[in-house]
This record gives sequence, C-alpha cells and structure tokens, in this order.
Amino acid sequence: MDGGYHIVVCGSIVPDPLQTLAPVEGPTGPSLKNEMMLPAVLDPWAGHALYEAAHLAKNMPGSKVWLVSLGPKQKLQQLMMSIAQKVSFELVVLDGPAGGFTDPCEVASVLAGGIETIQGLDRSRLLLFGGCASASRDAGVTMQMVGEQLGITDQFLGVDELVVQPDGTLKILERSEGGQYQVSVCAAAPALLAWATGNLPEPPNNPQIGMANMRTVMPALQKALPAKVGAEGVSFLSVELPKQRRETRIVRDMPPDEIAREIVDWIKG
Amino acid sequence: MDESNGENKVAELMSTLPGDDVRQIMWRFEERYEIQMVVQSARSIARGVVARLVAEGARNSHEWNEKKAQLLTGFDEVGLTTVFMDPEEGGFIAGPKNLALSLVAFELSWVDGGAATCSLASNLALSPIHEKGTPEQKQTYMSRCVPPLPGEDRKVWRGAFALTEPLPYVGVDTGILSGRMRVVEWKDGEEPLLHVEKRGRFITNMGFANFVTAAVDSDDDRIKGSAMIILEEGDEGSFDRGATTLKLVHQLSSTSDPILSLKVPASRIIGGYTVKEGVIIPNCNHGDVIESVFRRTRVPVAVMSSAKLLSAVEPVIRYQRTRFRGGSASSAGSPRYDLGLQQKEDALQRLVDVWACGEAGASLGFAAARLFDEFDPIEREKESILAERGIKGRAEVKMFKELEKDALEYLSLDHLPEAERDAARFQKLAEDTLVQFMIRESQANVLCPACKLWNTGYGATMMREAVSLMGGYGITEDCPGFLGQKWMDAQLEATYEGPEAVQRRQLSITINSELFLAQFRLWILDLRGIAGRRPQTGATALANAMELWLWTLGYLQGTKDADGKPLYHSQRHGVVFPFVDALCWLLASRQQILDMLVLEEKGPQNPVLTEGLTGFVTFFSDLCHVQAARSAAEVGRICAELVYGYQRDLAAIKDDDATFAVLRHKVDASLAGARLFKDRAAAAVSKVMIPEALDYPM
Repeated sequence: MDGGYHIVVCGSIVPDPLQTLAPVEGPTGPSLKNEMMLPAVLDPWAGHALYEAAHLAKNMPGSKVWLVSLGPKQKLQQLMMSIAQKVSFELVVLDGPAGGFTDPCEVASVLAGGIETIQGLDRSRLLLFGGCASASRDAGVTMQMVGEQLGITDQFLGVDELVVQPDGTLKILERSEGGQYQVSVCAAAPALLAWATGNLPEPPNNPQIGMANMRTVMPALQKALPAKVGAEGVSFLSVELPKQRRETRIVRDMPPDEIAREIVDWIKG
Repeated sequence: MDESNGENKVAELMSTLPGDDVRQIMWRFEERYEIQMVVQSARSIARGVVARLVAEGARNSHEWNEKKAQLLTGFDEVGLTTVFMDPEEGGFIAGPKNLALSLVAFELSWVDGGAATCSLASNLALSPIHEKGTPEQKQTYMSRCVPPLPGEDRKVWRGAFALTEPLPYVGVDTGILSGRMRVVEWKDGEEPLLHVEKRGRFITNMGFANFVTAAVDSDDDRIKGSAMIILEEGDEGSFDRGATTLKLVHQLSSTSDPILSLKVPASRIIGGYTVKEGVIIPNCNHGDVIESVFRRTRVPVAVMSSAKLLSAVEPVIRYQRTRFRGGSASSAGSPRYDLGLQQKEDALQRLVDVWACGEAGASLGFAAARLFDEFDPIEREKESILAERGIKGRAEVKMFKELEKDALEYLSLDHLPEAERDAARFQKLAEDTLVQFMIRESQANVLCPACKLWNTGYGATMMREAVSLMGGYGITEDCPGFLGQKWMDAQLEATYEGPEAVQRRQLSITINSELFLAQFRLWILDLRGIAGRRPQTGATALANAMELWLWTLGYLQGTKDADGKPLYHSQRHGVVFPFVDALCWLLASRQQILDMLVLEEKGPQNPVLTEGLTGFVTFFSDLCHVQAARSAAEVGRICAELVYGYQRDLAAIKDDDATFAVLRHKVDASLAGARLFKDRAAAAVSKVMIPEALDYPM
C-alpha cells in the first residue's frame, strides 16, 4: 500500500498473572482482591497485536501505530515505562476501569469513540488490531464489536500471521483447530485483526525508543478524558476464576445460520 | 500472634507487597520517567537473562565465557550500558546519574550481585575519564563504549579500572603504587611516548576489557607525581589479562590479575598534562581522580546489599507459609496448612528485622545517590569558579575555612521560620555556589562511607539471618531467590571499592566537620518535631540516641583513658571505629523515617495507592520504629562501652558520666512501645498477599 497503513491497536492492562487473583464482592460489584495495588502488565494478546503492528509498520514505510488503552491512567503510566520502550507508537488514553467485570459492549463503545477522535487517522488505510481475547475476560467479543461500531466488516479472529502480498492484498492466517489455520485473503484495508499469539518475540526494552515515545505518551496521559465503563444494570450471580473448559467439535460445510442456531440453543441450555 | 496493643487491633494492615508506585515516591523518582524506564529495563534483564544464568549454574565457573557474555549484550540491548553516558555521548539521561545507576544496581542485585558488579565496573572504568578527562578523552571513550546503533558497524568497547592499591583521602599512603610510567621517546615538538608497567589484582571486567584506566606513579625524573592513564589492548607491548581470580562470589563478573606493559602516548594521561621545564606534570594526580570517582561509585554498591535483603522477603514468606503443605502433617484449611511457619512469632519477627534493615539501607543509599545528583553540578561550578579565580592548594583550604562561617549561618537561617529570618541574607547564601558546595560536601563525606560501610557490613549479617529463615533450603543452590549466593556475595560488597576499615577511617575524620555536626544537631531538632507529630515512627528514640552520640563525641574528644592516653585519635581504632559504626545506624534509621513520611505525604496524590496507602504507611512506620529502636539500643551499647570501658573501674567514674547516664536512660526509656510495633509489623507480614510464584527462575 502506498503511504503505509494506519494501525490502531486496542490494548490495556491486566493484573500480573503471577499474582493471586481472588474475586471479591465490592460496593460496586465484583472485583479482584487488591486489584489496584497489584502490579499490572500489558494484556498478553494485546501485546502480540502491538508487536505485530510495530513490525508491520517498520516494513511498510509511511505506516503509523496508535495504541488505544482503556484503563486507570496511573496504572497505564506505570505500564508505559516498560511497553513504551519496546516499540514506537502514539498513545491514546481512555481513563476508566480495565478489570474483567465490565460490559464488553460498553468497552467497545468507548474504544471505538476513542479511535474516532484520533487526528489524521485515515480510515481507508486503517488496520484495527487487538487481542482475540483478554487475560482478564476471555469472552473474545470486544474487538468484533469495536469493528462493528467503526463499520469495519472484514474481521479476522485468532490471527497468527499477516502477510502483505505483492499485489497489496492481505493474506491472513486464523487459528482454527488442531494446529490448522484458516487462510483468507483480504483485498485491502480497512480490516480488523484480533490476534492470537502471532509469531514475534517480545522486543527488548530500548530506552531510546522509550524517550522518543514519551514525548507523546506523557501528554496523552495528562489529557486523558474519563471514560465511563462498567456493567450498569448487570447483576453477577456468581464470580469465580476461570477453569479450563473445552468442548470442541469439528464440522465441515455447516451453514452460518445453523451454527448460530446451535450456539443460541447452547446458551439457552 | 499477640495483638494486645489496642492500636494494633484497629490499624489497617498492608495488603500487598510494595510495588513501583510506592518505591518511586519513597525514593523520589515518581516524576523522573526516564529513570522509571531504566528501572524496568534493568528489571527485565535481571529477572530474565541474569536469573537464567544463575539458575543454569553459570556461577559455578570462575572464567569468563560466552554464556556469561550474554550479560553484556543484554545490558547493551536494554540500554543499561548507556545509562552512564550523557545524551551527546549516546546516552539518554541528561544530568547527574547517581540515582539512576544506584537503581540499576538495585534491580540487578535483586537477582545477582555479580551481574550488578559487571554492569557497574564498565562505568567505573569510564568514571576517571568522565570526572577528570580532557574533552577529547571523554568524546573518544564515551562514544566507543556506546553500543552501535542500527546500521553502525563497530564493536562496543568495554573498560576495566585498575587500582588495587590503598585508597587515598583516609590517611593511608597514596604514594604506594605498583604501576610505573617513564618516558621512552620524546622528540622535539611531538607527543612524548611513555612506557607503562602495571600489575593489577582483582581487576573486574579484565576478561573482556578493551581498555584499562590504570593508576600509575612516575618512575622518571621527567614525569612528576602520579596519574591515571588509559591503556588499550592494541597498544604496543603486552596486554596480558592475567590469571583468573578464583572468587567464591560474584562469579557473573569477570575478575583477574592483569600484567600490562605498554607503550602509550602521554595524551592518555587522564586530565592531560602540562610541560614545565622539561618535566611532564599530570593535571590530575591519581589521588584526585580516585577520590572523585569512588565517592560516587561506592553508593550503588551499598544499595546492592540492601536490595538483596528486600529481595529475600517474598521467597521467605512463601517458604514459611508453604512449609507444611504437601505432606500428611496438615490438611487444607488448617492454620498449619495456611500459615505454616508463620504461626510462630519468631519466624515473623526475624523477617521483620531483615525487612527493616533492608529498608533502612535502601533509604540511606538512595539518599546518598540523590545527594550526589545535587552535588555534581555544584562541584563542577565550584571547580570552574576556583579555576577562574586561580585558587588552588593552600589558598583553597584557607578560602573554604573562611567560608565555613557563611555556611553555618546559612544552615541556621534555613532552620528558622521564613518570617523570622533575614530573607535577603538567606537568599544571598542560598545562591552562593561555594557555600552550597561546602554544605553538600560535608554531607557527602559522611553519607557515602556510611552507606557503604553499614549497608554492606551489617547487611551481610542480616543476609545470613534471611538465609537462616529458609532452613536447610537456604544453603542450597536452588533456594528460591538465590539467598545463599546473595549472603556470600555480600561479603565482597563489604570489601571491594574500599573495605570496611577504609570507610571507618574516612568517617572518623569527616564526622568532625563543624558543618556536618551543625547539620546533625538540626536533624535532632527535626526528629523531635517528627516525634511530636508521628510518635509511632520511633523518632523519639532516634533523636535521643543522636543526642547521646553527640555528647559521647564531645566526651571522647576531651577525655583520656585510665592510662592517660587520648581517647579520640584517628589511630585509636578501638574507639573511633565502633563510634562511627554507631553513627551509621543513626543515619540509616533517620533516612528511613524521612522516606516513610514522604510516602505518607505524597501517596494520596496517586490514585493507584488510595486503596492500600494506609496499610503501607502503617507498616513502613512500624518498620521505622523497629529499626529506630534497634539503632538506639545499638548506639547506647556502643557509647556505654566507650565511655565506661576505658575507665579503670567503677570507682573511677566521674560526675561527667552522670550526664551520660541520664542521656542513656532517656534512650532506653524511649524504647517504650517498640516491641508492640514490631508485633504489628509481624502481623502484617503474616497476612500480606504475595504472588503465586517468584517472577524469575530458580
């Protein structure tokens, strides 16, 4: 693509997975014990998306990366001291909760709204990146809703590889099952890619990159607007740490309507 | 757990271990994001490459090898190599870097002290050039030591610092140098060529260094005095790295005994030289250079030992809590299962002692680092003022003696309420570089040796305590947190860059500075104020102990022993050495209290801390009290031994000593409540949430 891509990565903090994550009932609903006090890391799936974005931008001259983060700005500031040293990006901060007990639809609305405020963002060159899931809430739906709200209908979930082909089309590998990939070719941006792990290692810290990023990161943190995100009207019947659960069935050539009906039946129990 | 103290029952306990938000406030870098990034970088390499090397047994060899060399590339990659450099040299931190370097040492030694030494040693080699080098020398060697940028095709240089001899400043003979230099060729109008012979011992980084900054003395009438000189591996002659030192500790740093015999141009003399009547006169003798270097580089070493104590807290808590899990001795849900060894008061209280000592040491070390950050630009300005006025040698000493009264006046004005002082005079003195230089120098001359001495020396003792808390596990290679290795390493930290005796000798001289003592008196007044507002901190005990120490100083200086010999004499180590040890306890404890108060004051500004701030402040305040009580008791013991111990018998005790008894009693009585605060701190340790696992391999 001439002029490169405008890559927007959605990603925020999750508690450091080494910490004890104990759900507790608070005055405003469920939360994790000592959640604000626990050290936080960049959500691992969002991290993969960010590193892939930076890699793509490096190889496509004229590209630019934004990281749109919804989270408490003080905690995001701490996170930036590490993440901002790894790859170049411009930060957009949405100051709100980042825990696992928020409604994904509200989160998606806020993220989409944040993306719409980015000055100079060319929607025709937009690649919207994020994690296919989150370490704090593994619903795997947020990115799809962000895409929908921004009118991006080419959506790819569980992505492990993106290749920009010589003709400018995007070859995308999405995880399916048993180490298999669904291979798609997307004609052009805009597109949404919700990443699984990708193929890239975590880049080492580089303070020179960090110092360059900080010129925009600190002002972005200072001017962050509060974002109202929660789960108003939702009652949590019970809260527990996720247990490993997997019910896989491989079927071929099943019509989408039938897949949808089966899912609805499953939800209804 | 006895929670009989009424206050203990209602106080909010600390809920999690202190994180970066807490430390940034306490150690005053919450607004320095470049330093926060350095911390993250150092942590990433420490808990990644360094921890893996230790876990894989890289410490089990003395030789420098490819595996250990991963450290250097790791340091380069994450920017630690360039922390020392200024932006124009390829670095990224502008201005003084003492705090940044101390934090790097803290993070690295959290996992392994040898890795920290390896990182610091390169800076040590560059320090003489940085402090006293000519502009050309600075440009050449600083830029060579910056890792290549993308697209650059060059090798990064590494340095080693070769001294080995007794250190200057403290009264030892600085003229004893094994290194020699003489002129081998000096053509008219050309640069003289020197032959340098240097045999080093215990030289860090020597396994891979490309250049050495070496202390040498003249062996030629055509060279006057001593100097530090730069030797490169490509120079004509022999650059023999020598036999590897068979260290039992710090095996992730390279150490050997080099033999260097090289021909180099005189322009390699650090700071340059002038020629007068056919004689080469180095602009800086090696003593000047080393004094300037060591008083900065000793501070990160001090911080290293404290980092290790603090790093022990989490693994010890985890070990204590899980001690009885997995066997038939306890079932899930039982106190024995949940609390393990933490059911026992002793296990908790000993850990509180380790933690309090680590906090006090870190507070003192980082305070010294911050002081040098303030001091560096003032010192440079002072040097340029003196150069401009042509003042040096005795004239300089005389000038500073005359300025001392101005500095004392500034201190007394500074302590007055704003409305009561002569604002114009205060402003004038505040803007007087030489006055400000004197005040900070008098502090630096005490804080630097004090933190090096106390943090490493007493830190090593407390590291043994931490090891003991892990039972037999503590002295195995796979002890979580590598505590056994850290204990052994602490002994080297107490030894290199000036062993304990050197620090004690320096302190025995510098504590007599009237400027320092004036500040010490003001610190007592400040502590009395703190004690009024925050008695839980132990400030009363500390202020009383400081008063006792000050009185004892006067007594020792004016009194003779039973045989008529003066008590306070620099060579009377039996008196002055324990006496300066006592001061170190006081300084560390004071700084710990000040850091806690900063957390209490600034913590509410950080929304992240809203949830747990009260618990942190309570816990750190309790640790302050524990440490203040311990310090006060130690000072009482030392002073009593010195005051009474040199009298022949009970009958010889004089009226003067009654004053001592009163002051000593005040110290002892002010320990009231101290153990209750220790109980509460222990209760917090038994309840604090810790991560599920250590964040580095073992």
